[in-house]
Amino acid sequence: MAPDHSVAGAIPPWRLAWLIALKDLRIEARSRVVVYQVLPFAVIVMVMFGFALDDDGIAQRVAPGLIWLATLFSLLVVVQRSFAVEAADGALDALRVAGVDAVSIFLGKALAMAAQLVVLELVLFVTAVVLYGPRVRPGGLALLVVTWVLATIGLALVGTLYGGLTAGFTGRETLLPLLVLPVVAPVLIGATRAVESALGTTGAAVSEGWPWIGLLTVFAGAFGVGGSLAFGPLIDE
Amino acid sequence: MSPAPDPTTHPGGGLAVEFTDAVAIVGGFPVLAGANFHVRRGEIVLLHGPNGAGKTSLLRLCAGLLPLERGQARVLGLDLVRQRADVRRRVGLLGHGNGLYVDLTVSENVAFWGATVGAGAGEIAAALVRMGLDGRLATVAVGRCSAGQKRRTALACLVVRRAELWLLDEPHASLDAVARDELDDLLRKAAAAGATVIVASHETERAAPLATRQLAVAGGRVVDDTPSPGVGRGT
Repeated sequence: MAPDHSVAGAIPPWRLAWLIALKDLRIEARSRVVVYQVLPFAVIVMVMFGFALDDDGIAQRVAPGLIWLATLFSLLVVVQRSFAVEAADGALDALRVAGVDAVSIFLGKALAMAAQLVVLELVLFVTAVVLYGPRVRPGGLALLVVTWVLATIGLALVGTLYGGLTAGFTGRETLLPLLVLPVVAPVLIGATRAVESALGTTGAAVSEGWPWIGLLTVFAGAFGVGGSLAFGPLIDE
Repeated sequence: MSPAPDPTTHPGGGLAVEFTDAVAIVGGFPVLAGANFHVRRGEIVLLHGPNGAGKTSLLRLCAGLLPLERGQARVLGLDLVRQRADVRRRVGLLGHGNGLYVDLTVSENVAFWGATVGAGAGEIAAALVRMGLDGRLATVAVGRCSAGQKRRTALACLVVRRAELWLLDEPHASLDAVARDELDDLLRKAAAAGATVIVASHETERAAPLATRQLAVAGGRVVDDTPSPGVGRGT
């Protein structure tokens, strides 16, 4: 019987992206790298910041920035893990040979990364509340949630793009932070300012935080479009 | 044992691979330096040659993983430069890596690769049975499998992906005697079912009886093209 190739390539890109995201999340569920390594690392970073600042007033004021800094450091570990599982046994090559659209790989991996970051950020926020005592102001919850969502999407997209870029490089562990950290500076700035407004840690009004949402939206949009276009050529080179 | 198919009578007809003066460069070094060869549909072809001869590069170029710098290359009737994405969907490459996720179980790996082409549960189960991976082994994480079991899992992924052109780099490596016989049987059946198989191997004594032709590769070129002693015997 001749092989049936009639449906090859007929799987919609969004379906392939979903398959890849589920696969990555299943791998995390089995390996528990985020739970056992990344989360403790992120919490320890927050605690160490607390020791370094040693002043409740200062710690509460800078808590939003600390949350996002700890998120960025943790992002690097999540990205490296996400692409390590593809590189370990040649799976990324297998995905390319299987004709899986690069956009699907990009969006699928970004989706799985975003899901892990959401959990991580939630834990970091709770840790910050416990350690430094900031509280969400009335009317600040919506701003906090929108900031959280947009910043997470932006970080996941950048992480996936640069993770793919460095996947085939020797010394990618050191190259990734050098490339990613400068690029995500707008997210750090925008998300920190917006969360400061939502929590009122610097005295800014909630309304002053909303303009930063524009920056986060543009950032996520630019890397969503740019990453989808660039990811294929990057992993092909 | 079923006899090797006559490629000229395959319903698809024509050539599965056709390279003319193909040049591929990696890191400034020409890994293929004007390769000329063809493979007919339904053939099993053995590539042999010393280390660094260009066997792996030739397979990777066929799979669309290396850019063609010069010359012409058609795979499964498609232009390798202009239709690379279409070529990739229809070929399967088993290289030095198995392309598996070690944290997932054997059946999860096969199911994932099957899902990328829309394979159903029945097809996935059949691929597992065909490679002797059903039962308890299907639920074992690939990271805990032996090298041979990993290789069989990778082959099951190839089966479930319904690849038309199988590109196998040292496929017998890490397999025990029984698994090697099973692999040979699988390759013959795949070719009989219409697939084309290109095997790169140093173990010519093992692989030659499988093949309809042998291509010698040296210096990034195909330097010899001879019928295999195994033609028509299927042994």
